[in-house]
Amino acid sequence: MNAIQPVIVGAGPAGIRAAQALVQAGLKPIVLDESFHPGGQIYRQPPPGFTRPKSQLYGTEHHKADSLHRQMQAMESSIDYRPQSLVWNAQGHALDVIQAGRSTRVEFSHLILATGATDRVLPFEGWTTPGVYTLGASQIALKFQGTVIGSRVTFLGTGPLLYLVAYQYVKAGANVVAVLDTGSLAARAGALAGMLRTPALLAKGLVFMAYLCAKGIPMLSNVRPVRVQGQERVRGLVCRSADGGRERTFDCDGIGYGLGLRSETQLASLLGCEYRFHARDRAWLPQRDEAGRSSLPQVYLAGDGAGIMGADAAERAGERAALALLADAGMAIDQNRAQQLEHQLQHIDRSRTVLERAFPFPADMVPSVADEVVLCRCEEVTVGTVRRAIADGSIAEMNRLKALTRVGMGRCQGRMCAAATAELLASARNVPLADVGRIRTQPPVKPIPIMACPPPAACEKAGT
Amino acid sequence: MQILQRVAERHRPAVAFTLDGAPVCALEGDTVLTAILTQQAHLRRTEFTGAARAGFCMMGACQDCWVLTESGARLRACTQMIESGMQLRTRPLQGSGVLPLTDPWPPGEAV
Repeated sequence: MNAIQPVIVGAGPAGIRAAQALVQAGLKPIVLDESFHPGGQIYRQPPPGFTRPKSQLYGTEHHKADSLHRQMQAMESSIDYRPQSLVWNAQGHALDVIQAGRSTRVEFSHLILATGATDRVLPFEGWTTPGVYTLGASQIALKFQGTVIGSRVTFLGTGPLLYLVAYQYVKAGANVVAVLDTGSLAARAGALAGMLRTPALLAKGLVFMAYLCAKGIPMLSNVRPVRVQGQERVRGLVCRSADGGRERTFDCDGIGYGLGLRSETQLASLLGCEYRFHARDRAWLPQRDEAGRSSLPQVYLAGDGAGIMGADAAERAGERAALALLADAGMAIDQNRAQQLEHQLQHIDRSRTVLERAFPFPADMVPSVADEVVLCRCEEVTVGTVRRAIADGSIAEMNRLKALTRVGMGRCQGRMCAAATAELLASARNVPLADVGRIRTQPPVKPIPIMACPPPAACEKAGT
Repeated sequence: MQILQRVAERHRPAVAFTLDGAPVCALEGDTVLTAILTQQAHLRRTEFTGAARAGFCMMGACQDCWVLTESGARLRACTQMIESGMQLRTRPLQGSGVLPLTDPWPPGEAV
């Protein structure tokens, strides 16, 4: 009988490599994942019956995708893999998990959270119009379903994903109208020097841009969205330069939009992990040491869910966190390997800083957004409602603002609006972003069927 | 007019379902989101203003793609695969208000 029962939440690059390291040490982790198949969002696998080769789905990264998918297959009998499982609550040493409409309790001795990330967005006029999708969604539509988000697609935002997805769309035969970067050319050129130290990163980015250029796709910098045209669906996108100037309209019926990524940290919050403000990510993140230990014993964090560093870092952080778990459980680990992983992570971390400089977050979009614009997609709370509440002067932090305006209280629990709301509150009060705090997570972290609610004891706890 | 355009994986078996009562076809391996948005330009209308929505994140985070079935169940369209014979609604059932009062979550329905 084994007293150690590790549980891993997430079967992306971090979760898979964590599982692999635990299996190699003779443990049998439970791996809970919300998706149909392992791989996470970046290496998401298409449904059965789809025929495109991996080289087409994952491009230059297809060897990494293939290696992770094969690793999961190889571990089929040595891990307890539970796909389509939503972890909706976490307390003490137990998780509440919904699978096939039923909630069960999964207990852990050790927990590795590898919960991943979603697109970071800011609201602008018309951003809720049908046909506006995140960059991640645009990519999933193509990779997972063989579809594109419109017959004439404009890409808007910033970050490496902007150019990657545009490139993938053009390659797939989609009609891409333009690629509009909110960052300036100067920022990207300035970051070039830093990128020379990470030539692979630079080479990949340049390949995408050169390809788009060769295909005659207009690429503009320093762009700010003004409004989406159309009510029932996208009919165009009106933009202007960040310096002002006249408006320019792009005729399109689909818009792929994103401003980098944001971590999914809800479960760490429910468990009571300590958070610290991360300036580069402009977010409060669960605290972790070099090895991935959280502030709580037996709880570990890995991958983009604990800070945005990308898929390569996630693989290494997953393995490193598993080694930390093993060491804490009194098992022997390969110290050299642990150190090597930490060095690699430090290197990736430095290149991440360069990337953020190349694709800066356009925080100036927040003060200029009109009052009528919907800020919270779920509760349809407008920017004006939130601004008026803030103007009252008594709201200093996010949870108070949520209580008074319902912003972040809807089905998505602030996933799509909390970043923008924090920027709005900080800029209106003229305080640093760190000072407005973060929304405390409430269970369930995603909507669950009320019929699946567990016994009253857990519900009472959940309701506090 | 639909939102999503198929550019690959077109040679899959057809799956028949109904959308607001009308018989339509999707392809095996489509999500409910893909099945609907290759037909039309919205999945739902919002509770407060009635604005059209067609999902946003496609990865189960934004919760902006819930649709109804004729029996009153709610499905998150981006994480639910289409099945033959599904009866989907992009409008609430008539006379039921915004949310159906009958058990909206029969056991076995994917969340």
